[in-house]
Amino acid sequence: MTEQAPRNKPSATGGTGIVADERVRPISPLRRALIRPELGAICGTILVFVFFFAIARNSGMFAPEGVMNWGVVAAQFAVIAVGACLLMIAGEFDLSVGSMIGFSGIIIALLSVTWQYPVWFAILVAFAIALAIGALNGYLVIRTGLPSFIVTLAFLYILRGLTIFISISTTRQTIIGGVREVAAGDPLAWLFGGKVLGWLFVWLADIGLIGKFVAGPRAGQPVVDGIPILIVWALVLVAFGHILLTRTRFGNWIFASGGDAQAARYVGVPVDRVKILMFMFSAFCATVFATCQVMEFGSAAADRGLLKEFEAIISVVIGGALLTGGYGSVIGAALGALIFGVVQQGLFFAGVESSLFRVFLGAILLMAVILNTYIRRMITGER
Amino acid sequence: MRRTFLALAAAVSAVFAGLSTPAHAEGERFVLVSHAPDSDSWWNTIKNAITLAGKQMDVTVEYRNPPTGDLADMGRIIEQAAASNPNGIISTIADYDVLSGPLSNAVAKGIPVITINSGTEEQSKQIGALLHVGQPEKAAGHGAGEKAKAAGVTKFVCVNHYITNPASVERCQGYAEALGVELGSQMIDSGLDPAEVKSKVLAYLQSNPDTNGILTLGPNSAHPTIAALQESGKAGTIHFATFDLSSEISAAIKDGTINFAIDQQPFLQGYLPVVILTNLARYGVVPGNSINSGPGFITKDNIELVEKLAGEYR
Repeated sequence: MTEQAPRNKPSATGGTGIVADERVRPISPLRRALIRPELGAICGTILVFVFFFAIARNSGMFAPEGVMNWGVVAAQFAVIAVGACLLMIAGEFDLSVGSMIGFSGIIIALLSVTWQYPVWFAILVAFAIALAIGALNGYLVIRTGLPSFIVTLAFLYILRGLTIFISISTTRQTIIGGVREVAAGDPLAWLFGGKVLGWLFVWLADIGLIGKFVAGPRAGQPVVDGIPILIVWALVLVAFGHILLTRTRFGNWIFASGGDAQAARYVGVPVDRVKILMFMFSAFCATVFATCQVMEFGSAAADRGLLKEFEAIISVVIGGALLTGGYGSVIGAALGALIFGVVQQGLFFAGVESSLFRVFLGAILLMAVILNTYIRRMITGER
Repeated sequence: MRRTFLALAAAVSAVFAGLSTPAHAEGERFVLVSHAPDSDSWWNTIKNAITLAGKQMDVTVEYRNPPTGDLADMGRIIEQAAASNPNGIISTIADYDVLSGPLSNAVAKGIPVITINSGTEEQSKQIGALLHVGQPEKAAGHGAGEKAKAAGVTKFVCVNHYITNPASVERCQGYAEALGVELGSQMIDSGLDPAEVKSKVLAYLQSNPDTNGILTLGPNSAHPTIAALQESGKAGTIHFATFDLSSEISAAIKDGTINFAIDQQPFLQGYLPVVILTNLARYGVVPGNSINSGPGFITKDNIELVEKLAGEYR
């Protein structure tokens, strides 16, 4: 394990490198800073903010509402990116994330609205089913030895088709609304749909730092009335993922499973268990995303989450993880999600024709991957 | 490697600089938010209409849509539009649950809102929008069904290319109700891919040879269905009605493949809100009621008039 550590986990050597160790080749601090997987994402984040500050400063993008707008979008990406990141470091993909979002949402709405079960029960059932499907994904990958790309691609279609079938056959609609009404006062729903620090924003509005609504039933309330719980979820998941990955034995197992599964098995890492757990975690993150979305918007629809699996993977790749596994960082993935969110909403603020969004997305992805490849070559010395 | 990267970065920033049009032009600025995915060609007419209206009224109109058609993303886009403080927002109500929050927040911020296309007048009023410009979906489907019934249709297939939009399902249901039959499995989820739509229609007609009516919900399902009918030699033998217009659809009306098209006149849905919002901003005047932009029926008789502009302004 320790022999692998410098390659797989540069941050760990960064922490212990103060004591001179004759077995470790001395690395200059500059080079050590450069080979962090987050480097590309940190540079990217700074660039993106400077860029949008230059061209969209007066568009409301950096007003409280604007910040909240791209903040929430970035948090959405971050929630699914954490799951995708840990799974990718463990050497696997999950392409069923987007379909899982639609599926979990419909399960919650169906149980709570159509079949009148309590909302907390619906949420728990959705999480249980999602974790089971995640475990099934992992089990199939391990048992068949097929690439996870194929197995989860199958589930991308299976789950999406099931979602449409279930909603059409039970309600004759693909959108199930009315969740907000049944969720009122539910003991678990606030954990996914509420807002926190509302009093702070009322105070900020009172002293004139943020605007107030001027018309309608909400006149006099601040335009931003709290931090959506989704942002809290994103921060908690990122912190959890980062600590798990860099501060625990299990984190080392994740790196080892993705770096070289066979070598990891030889040194006693339970590779199968690690991978299956990571598939389950990815499904868990997708369900957190779905539950927050259903609680916030009050409805579930069969087409929710389209292409979100790629958005998660893109965030992770921008964040410096390698598609081949064994290398990456949760902080990087979170920054990748931030870049993604800021660019997506920022282009709207900047008034760029919206059909060009995907062009920029592709270009940014390409730049990130080129930069990451360059960094990896620096680290490993390969040509 | 480093040079490639720098070149790419330079290229991207050049494109950025060239395309980021000034967000605030001389006149007023409005944002139109649609629910349509990028692949939906029908919205081109509305894009052209707002460009024309913007030019005539000397205002800036920005078009926004969720790339995949995900309505939760659309909610975010409306929030974003409100945060950028435009002089007005024009939006569809594709899903009331999702969009009522962001839209009524925009109204509460003091931004005038006009709803278009999907949604009903009641929903529009509840949001606090000024008015709604659109075509009542179920009534339009019902109207098409009545005409089909008069032509002797008893068993039909509704080719639904956008099954996740409730309005699409309502159109099929309205048609079925007018015929007096259960919708049941007569609505097929065709998907968006043209080849897929075509093969699904062919398969349905083969397994249900007594089908004598077809309803398609827009160019995305109509074009492949026209091809399927022509390929199987059934063109003109089955009563064929479609929603919306395009150059291919008008050609098919002329050659008799399609009996009629239901036109909701999208041009008006793009053009009128821009004009109304501009006049509201400049002179404080606004119509008192919602506006029905359709349905209008396009048949062989009036196709000449429409054809010249199909796909562009009609």
